[in-house]
Amino acid sequence: MKKEVIISGFGGQGGLAIGKNLVEAGLAEGLNVTWAPSYGPEMRGGTANCSVVLSDKPVGSPVFNHSTELIALNEPSLAKFEAGVLPGGTVFVNSSVVTDRVSRDDLTAYYIPCGQIAEEIGNSKVANMVMLGAYVAATGVLKPETIEAMIAEMFAGAKAKFIPLNIEAFRRGMACVK
Amino acid sequence: MAKELWKGNEAIAEAAIRAGCDCFFGYPITPQSEVPEYMSTHLPKAGGVFVQAESELAAINMVYGAGGSGKRAMTSSSSPGISLKQEGITYLAGAEVPAVIVNCMRGGPGLGTIQPGQGDYYQATRGGGNGDYRTVVLSPSNIQEAVDFVQEAFDIADQYRNPVLVVMDGLIGQMMEPIEWREIPKRKLPSKDEWATTGRRDRAHTNIINSLFLDAEICNAHNVRLTAKLAEMEKNEVRWEEVQCDDAELVITAYGTPARIALTAIDILRSEGYKVGLFRPITLWPFPEKALRDLAASGHVKAFLDVEMSTTGQMIDDVRLSVLGKKPISYLGCAGGLIPTVEDMVEAARKALKEVQ
Repeated sequence: MKKEVIISGFGGQGGLAIGKNLVEAGLAEGLNVTWAPSYGPEMRGGTANCSVVLSDKPVGSPVFNHSTELIALNEPSLAKFEAGVLPGGTVFVNSSVVTDRVSRDDLTAYYIPCGQIAEEIGNSKVANMVMLGAYVAATGVLKPETIEAMIAEMFAGAKAKFIPLNIEAFRRGMACVK
Repeated sequence: MAKELWKGNEAIAEAAIRAGCDCFFGYPITPQSEVPEYMSTHLPKAGGVFVQAESELAAINMVYGAGGSGKRAMTSSSSPGISLKQEGITYLAGAEVPAVIVNCMRGGPGLGTIQPGQGDYYQATRGGGNGDYRTVVLSPSNIQEAVDFVQEAFDIADQYRNPVLVVMDGLIGQMMEPIEWREIPKRKLPSKDEWATTGRRDRAHTNIINSLFLDAEICNAHNVRLTAKLAEMEKNEVRWEEVQCDDAELVITAYGTPARIALTAIDILRSEGYKVGLFRPITLWPFPEKALRDLAASGHVKAFLDVEMSTTGQMIDDVRLSVLGKKPISYLGCAGGLIPTVEDMVEAARKALKEVQ
C-alpha cells in the first residue's frame, strides 16, 4: 500500500493541517509517512500545498509528480494538479469554493461542500476536518477511530470543548462519500 | 522508543539541545529559520544561551568566541548566509575551535531561491574560506539521520578541535517524518583545559585563541599539524551507504534528497529487470573515495549516474576522482529549487545502461 497525496488550497484553508493529520494518523497505525510542504513565494496569499506519503514500506521520495489522490480546496489547485493524478486516482473537491468539475473521466471525483457543512455545525474553521473525513471514508487507508483518537489528543485540556465539533465535522465528511 | 513526528529544522534544534549545545547564535533565512526559532524558545529552558545576532557574520564570530571559551557552540543558516560565515569558519579552523554549523541549502548562486538546492558542495567540502583546511561534512538523507548527525557533530568537533558542518537541502529541513530519539554513542573527548579561554586559574600559561602566525616557519609547522589532523579525520570519519550495489550494473551516486528519490527509482528499475544500485556518500568530506574506487573496479559495474540538485554538478568531481576513468559517468541535475523526479532518474538510468550495452 502506498498513497501519494497532494493537498492544496489557499493559505489558511487548513490544507497543510489535513496533511499533518494524515501523517500523524498514519504513524499511529504503524505506517511509514512523510509530509513535505511547498514553501515557495506562492504561499503569500496564493496557494499552499503539501505532499503526503503513506506507505507500508520505507518512503524513498517524499515528493512526486503523480499522485494517487488530490485534495483540491480551491480552484487554482484543481487546475494545477488534476493533470498529475494517476489514472484511476481520486480527486476530492471542496465544492463550497470550487465550481469547476473534474474534467478527466478516468478519475473518481467527490464533491464535498466542506465550508457549507462546517457552517451547518457551527464553525467554518472545521471545513478541513470535513474533507479529512471524506478522504478517510473514500480511501479506507486509515481507521476512523485513529483519527478520532488523534482529535481528542490534539484538543486535550483547555481546548477540549472543540473535540465534539471536530469529530462531528470529521463524521459528516465521512458521510458524504457513503 | 516510540516514533515521533518532527519537522527537520525543529528536530535539528532539539537534537543540538540534547547533545549539550550551550550556545546558539542565529540569524533568520529561509529555509532554516525554524532552527533559530525553536532554539529561541527551548535552548534557554535547557540552561543554554540563544542570541539572534545582527548578521550572519556576527553570529559566526559569536560562535568563535563561545567555542573558544570551551562552550558547545552552534549556528545555522542557508546558502547565502553560509557564504557570509566563511571568514568565521576559516578562523575557527585556523584557531582550532570546535563548532557545529548547519547549512540548510537553497538554490543559488547569489540569493538564488528559497527552494532546496545542493549547489554548496564545493564550498562545504573544499574549505569555503581561505587557507588549507577542511571540515567534516555530514550529509543526512532523512530526518532521523539529521538528528543523529547533529548530536554526533558536537563530539566530532570536540575530538578534532575543528568545525563540523551538517549540510542538507532545504526539503529535509522543511519536511516532517517520524524519528526516534535514540542513544548516540558518546566519544571519549580530550579535556579543553589546555586551550579554552576560561581564565588562567592555576595554569602556568595563558590560553589564547588565535589564527595568526606571522613567522613563516611557525605558520608552516601549524599547517603541517592541521594537515595531520585532517589525515586523522579522513582515516576515522569517512561514511557512506551502498544499496543494492552487490550485483549492480549501474550505480547511482547521490546524497541528501536525491539519494532517497533514487531509492524509489531503483525499486522501479529493479522491477523492470535493470540492475541498479545506490552509492550514497554520508560524509561529503572525507569523501568515501576508496569505497567508490573499489566499486568501480568490480566487474559487474558498467557505469555510474551522478544525480544532484545542481546544473553544473559538483560532487561529480569527487566521483570522477574516485572512479578515475575506469567506468563512464553520466549526469542528471537540476537547480533553482527543482528536485530531480523519480521519472527523470529512471529515464536517465535506462539511457546510461543502454550506452554501455
